[in-house]
Amino acid sequence: MKLLVCVSKTPDTTAKIAFTNGNTEFDSAGVQYIMNPYDEWYALVRALELKEAAGGTVTIINVGTSDNDTVIRKGLAIGADEAVRIDADPKSAYFVAKQIAAYAIDKSFDIVFTGKETIDFNGSEVGSMIAEALDLPFISYATNLEMDGSSAKISRDIEGGTEVAQIDGAFVLSASKGLAEQRIPNMKGIMMAKRKPLNVIPPVDVAEHAVVVNYELPPAKQSVKLIDPDNMTELVRLLHEEAKVI
Amino acid sequence: MVLVIAEHQKGKFKKATFETITYGAKTAELLNTTCTALVLGQAEGIDNLGTYGASKVMQVNSDHLTSFDSQVYAATIANAAKELGAKVVVINHSTTGKSLLGRLAVRLEAGSVSGVNSLPSLDEGFKVNKNVFSGKAVATFEIKSDVKVLSLMGNSIPPEEMGAAVGVEALNVEVPTPKVKVLEVKTVDGIVPLPEAELVVSAGRGMKDPGNWGIIDELAGVLGATTACSRPVADAGWRPHHEHVGQTGVAILPNLYIAAGISGAIQHLAGVNRSKVIVVINKDPEAPFFKAADYGVVGDLFEVVPKLTEAIKAFKAS
Ligand SMILES: Cc1cc2nc3c(=O)[nH]c(=O)nc-3n(C[C@H](O)[C@H](O)[C@H](O)COP(=O)(O)OP(=O)(O)OC[C@H]3O[C@@H](n4cnc5c(N)ncnc54)[C@H](O)[C@@H]3O)c2cc1C
Repeated sequence: MKLLVCVSKTPDTTAKIAFTNGNTEFDSAGVQYIMNPYDEWYALVRALELKEAAGGTVTIINVGTSDNDTVIRKGLAIGADEAVRIDADPKSAYFVAKQIAAYAIDKSFDIVFTGKETIDFNGSEVGSMIAEALDLPFISYATNLEMDGSSAKISRDIEGGTEVAQIDGAFVLSASKGLAEQRIPNMKGIMMAKRKPLNVIPPVDVAEHAVVVNYELPPAKQSVKLIDPDNMTELVRLLHEEAKVI
Repeated sequence: MVLVIAEHQKGKFKKATFETITYGAKTAELLNTTCTALVLGQAEGIDNLGTYGASKVMQVNSDHLTSFDSQVYAATIANAAKELGAKVVVINHSTTGKSLLGRLAVRLEAGSVSGVNSLPSLDEGFKVNKNVFSGKAVATFEIKSDVKVLSLMGNSIPPEEMGAAVGVEALNVEVPTPKVKVLEVKTVDGIVPLPEAELVVSAGRGMKDPGNWGIIDELAGVLGATTACSRPVADAGWRPHHEHVGQTGVAILPNLYIAAGISGAIQHLAGVNRSKVIVVINKDPEAPFFKAADYGVVGDLFEVVPKLTEAIKAFKAS
C-alpha cells in the first residue's frame, strides 16, 4: 500500500498563547513545538500498522519552512519511510491543502491521512480540501479502520454515535482518538531517521482567500465565588438568579 | 443570497440547525439580501424552517442522498449554490459540516472559516471570528473571495423565531453517485451529544473508581445534562472515549459546565474554558481549575455532589 500522512507542527499544549506585531501574529518566543497530536498519535501510527500488515510505504508530508524539520524527523523516527516538505509558510488551510494535493495528484496513494484537526487553528478543513482537490471520498473523525484487500471498513464519530462505512478504492481520512495508540520513537528509530530521505520541494501558486487579520485573548475571568459545601441551595440559587443558566 | 444547509440526522432537525438558519438570516440582513435554507434528502418539519428566518426553503431529493457521502453532498450543495447564485454558504460546525466545509471551499473556490462564533462584521471587508488555540484565543479572519463558506459553532447564537413558515420548493440539481457505502449508523437516542449540550456534568480522576459514577449520572439526570470526563479517565477505560473533553478531546461551549474531581490542567481547560458558567468541585483549594471557575466548592465531591443533586431536585420541585 502507498500511504501518505499529512503532519503539521503546532505549539506544545502547555505553550503560552500570546501575539505580536499589533496582535496579527502568534508570538513564538520561547514556545516549544510538537507534531500535532492527532497526526502523530493516530494518523501516522495507523498508517504504519497497515504497512506492517500488508507491506508498502509510508510517506509523511509537511508544508512549512526548515524550522519544521525536527518535527518531520520525529515522524521518520516513529517509522515513516520518507518525508516530503513543501518549502513555504503554511498560511492557511486552503494553501496547505492545495500544496499537498498538487504533490499527491499523480502519485496514486491508496490512503491519505490527516489528523482530525490541528490543536492551534482547530480548523478541521485540510483533509476535506485535499479530498475534493483529488476528487476522492473523505471520511472525517475516523476512530477505526480495517482493510480487506483494497476495501476499507471505517468507523467515524458522528454527533451522539458512530457511523460505519465501506470504501473500495483510494480515499482521504482524518484521524480521531481510537484509530491507533501513540508510539514513542526508540533509539534505533531515531538513528535510522537521520538517514531516511527528506525531500524539500517548492510550493505551487495558490490564491489566498481567507487570512487572519487580528488575534485577541479572551478577557480574564473574574475571581471565583466560593460557596460553602454545606449550602448547595445557595449554589443553585446563584445558578438560577445570577448566572441564569438553570 | 445566503444559502444555509439545513442539516438533519435521521430525518430530524436539531437546535444547531435552527441556530445556523438564524445566523444565515441575520447575515443576509447585514448584506441586504435574502436567506434560503437547503434540505438534502427527506426530513420531518421542513415547513418550520422559515420560522427561524429563511425566506425560502428548497429541497433536493435523490436516492443518492439517503446516506452520507461528503463527496456527493458537497457536489450537490455546490451545484445548488451556483444555480441559486449564493454568495455565502453556512453549515453547522458538526462532524457532517466539518467534512463538507473544505470540499465546498475547493469546489466554489471560496474562502472558508470553520467554527465561526459571531455574525460577520462588514466595516472593512467581510470579517468573522472563530476560537483558536483550543479556545485560548479568538482570531478574526477576513474573507476576500466573492463566495464565502462558513461553519457555525454550536451554541454561539440562540435560534430566533424571526420569520414565518414557508412552503418547500423542489430544486433540481445534479447529484453524483456515492462511492461511500454506509453500512451502519449507531446513535444513542435521548442523550444530547456533547458538542450541542447546554448543560454538562463532568468528572475526573478524583472519582477514584469507575463504580462511583452513579452520583454523577444522578446529578446529570436531574439537570437534564450530558456527562463528560477528563482524559485520564477515558484513557483508563472508566468512561467512553466520546465523553473525553479538552484539547485532545471534544471542545465544548455549554451554558453550564460542572467539574467534579478534575484538577483543571491546561489541556483540559483548553476544551472547556469557553463554557458560559463553570462550577468547580474539588477538595484541593489550590486546584488550578478554581482560577478558571465562576463558582467553586472546596470539598469532598462524594458529599458535595449528592447535596447539589438534592438542592436541584428541591429547586425543580418548587
Ligand atoms: C498533549 C496532551 C494532551 C492532553 N489533552 C487532554 C484533554 O484533552 N483533556 C484532559 O482532560 N486532559 C488532557 N491531558 C491531560 C492533562 O494534562 C491532565 O493530566 C488531566 O486533565 C488530569 O485529569 P484529572 O483532572 O481528572 O486528574 P488529576 O489531575 O489527577 O486531578 C484529580 C483532581 O481530583 C481532586 N479530587 C480527588 N479526590 C477528590 C474528592 N474526593 N473530592 C473532590 N475532589 C477530589 C484532586 O484534588 C485533583 O484536583 C493532556 C495531556 C497532554 C500532555
